Amino acid sequence: MGPYAIEARGLIKRFGGTTAVDGVDLRVPEGSITGMLGPNGAGKTTLLRMLLGIIDPDEGSRTLLGSEKPLKRAHEVGYLPEERGLYQSMKAVETIAFMGALRHLPLEEGRKRGRVLMEEAGLGHAIDKKIRELSKGMAQTVQLLGTIVHRPRLIVLDEPFSGLDAINQGKLERLIRDQAEAGATVIFSTHVIAHAERLCENVAIVAGGKVRFDGSVEAARDRLRPQVHLETSALDGPWRAALPPGTQREGHWWHFTLPDGGPEPLLNALIEGKAGIRSLSIERPGLHDAFVSIAGEAAAAEMERAQAEGAKP
Amino acid sequence: MNETIRAAWVIGRRDFTAVVLSKAFLMFLLGPLFPLGAGILFGSLGESIADDMGGDVVGISIPAEEAQALIQTRTRLATVLGDRRYPELRPLQPDEGTPKQVLEAAKALDDGSKGKLAAVLSGSFDQPVLTATSAEAEDIGPELALLISQARSGTDLLQPIRLDPVDSSAGGEQRAQLLTGQAGQALLFLLVMLLAGMVLSNLVEEKSNKIIEILAAAVPIDSVFIGKLLAMLAMAIVGIMVWGAAGMAALQIWGPGLPNLPVPAVGWPLFILLGVLYFAMAYLILGSLFLGIGAMASTVREVQTLSMPVTMLQMFVFGFAFYTVSKIGQPIEIVACIVPFTSPFAMLARAAQVPEIWPHFVALLGQGLFALLVVRISAMMFRRNVMKSGGSGGGLKALFGRRKTA
Repeated sequence: MGPYAIEARGLIKRFGGTTAVDGVDLRVPEGSITGMLGPNGAGKTTLLRMLLGIIDPDEGSRTLLGSEKPLKRAHEVGYLPEERGLYQSMKAVETIAFMGALRHLPLEEGRKRGRVLMEEAGLGHAIDKKIRELSKGMAQTVQLLGTIVHRPRLIVLDEPFSGLDAINQGKLERLIRDQAEAGATVIFSTHVIAHAERLCENVAIVAGGKVRFDGSVEAARDRLRPQVHLETSALDGPWRAALPPGTQREGHWWHFTLPDGGPEPLLNALIEGKAGIRSLSIERPGLHDAFVSIAGEAAAAEMERAQAEGAKP
Repeated sequence: MNETIRAAWVIGRRDFTAVVLSKAFLMFLLGPLFPLGAGILFGSLGESIADDMGGDVVGISIPAEEAQALIQTRTRLATVLGDRRYPELRPLQPDEGTPKQVLEAAKALDDGSKGKLAAVLSGSFDQPVLTATSAEAEDIGPELALLISQARSGTDLLQPIRLDPVDSSAGGEQRAQLLTGQAGQALLFLLVMLLAGMVLSNLVEEKSNKIIEILAAAVPIDSVFIGKLLAMLAMAIVGIMVWGAAGMAALQIWGPGLPNLPVPAVGWPLFILLGVLYFAMAYLILGSLFLGIGAMASTVREVQTLSMPVTMLQMFVFGFAFYTVSKIGQPIEIVACIVPFTSPFAMLARAAQVPEIWPHFVALLGQGLFALLVVRISAMMFRRNVMKSGGSGGGLKALFGRRKTA
């Protein structure tokens, strides 16, 4: 088996005349936490379903835990779908055990682990309650515990934070970290970048059915140049030649992208030109900036492509 | 294949447990009691109403000794043939008036309660006169005439007859077995329709609960179908066992009072075994078909719309099989035995009437293979419709070919 828990090559999926996933290449390193970022309708869920073998791609191939037949590895995978669903009349612990049993965990062992997991999650009082008696958040937690009860090597979570309050979101973040520390590979989709920024080493940015970026969070941030915020006492002088084109001015403040040469030549020019530096900060772009930049570029590319197709005779 | 069986077991076990421990199963078990209870209730209600209304009363205004003889004759015959068979006779007093006056007075007083005076017999045995409406005369007249004849003859009313018992005639036995076949078919059909509806509801519930994606991500989709089908089958067998035990208990308690059921041609033990096997086959075929429909529908309304044609078709199938019960050995009956949809019903009727056993092995094999085919088609429909999967090939390739992926 390779170093990747998931490898996808040229995946394409069409529904009628719509191409939901359009030639996706993706690699998810083993043991990593990978976030799949994208706006609603970007094709994240369809992509995850194809990766898991729930649906077949029209073109391309994928390898999941070393197998080209993902369902063959289903017992090593935990999956939380975007649309949550549980048997309403089933007890919470039985639900967890059943979900484990689907993935080869003996029922009795599933019950034992289920009880422990529920206690750890602060749901000890609800072990023998039926799902219909639980709150939405509690039921969602039960489903999540059912996803990991068999101790999977790969955990796939589709929009796991949606519908959770801030406290439960924090608990889920901890759980994801714990699973990764225990050696599991975690991939989750989200359109809330803050979660990915806090949790992930890698991100895949999906837009318009394509993966626009696949790599480390650092690499995504490095795609944008740092932003400089400068306050000077002087408003004019030879130092202004050091400011790059597109610099924006607000009174004595100057905002611009760090030029190619880096901060040192800029600083020298400002000092020698007697700009009178009052304040200078260099900000490294966050994942949000990178995402907007990448998803925006993708949207622009999509528009150009659509325009080009529309221009064809 | 092992994974399919393992997963089918996990899913079937959950479905079976969930259904058997639900209130719906209690209703399923009690289901046969409702028509039975309704029959008993309406029967006793009818009897009670008939008792309240009472039979017809005929006033008699004839010479006293003739009246006495007529009443005695009526009492003796009613003892043997039933009290309701003859009208009640009530002697009239001479001061009550003419027959017409008596009837009009009775009509004025009639409140629909017991003992309505329907007619008056006057005159004598030689020249009897019945005062009544035409309808009453038509209804009561012949019975009164018979009573008068018997009363006049004064002989023993019923000649004792010595019974010389024989086995039932060939024709009678055949008719009785035909009835057994028809009863078996009807039971099979009702049970299969009930279960197919239940398995369909179960699938739709899972789709609306969004559980199906969890199952589809964890196990081969075929195992979801097989698990669900087998769970319902097991539940039905539990139901049959409960009903069977209740029936046996009823036989023990009320046995002597129940009519003897005609013995099927293959004998009761084999007939029951074949009944269970044909039930299983009919259910697998129809249940699979319904599951395939369930895969295409996302709401109960859609299911109802889609299942209506299949239900109608199934009614036709049952009607066809029912029609061929009395045509054993004729081409139409053989066709019904071969066509997979009618085969379980037709073969069960055949088991009731024909002692040959080998055709049942052939029929069961054919039905089993067809059931497998229907399961495959249903699974394919599920993959295509429920999870919006385009699949890697269509038609026969999709049905029989190995999956390219997953």
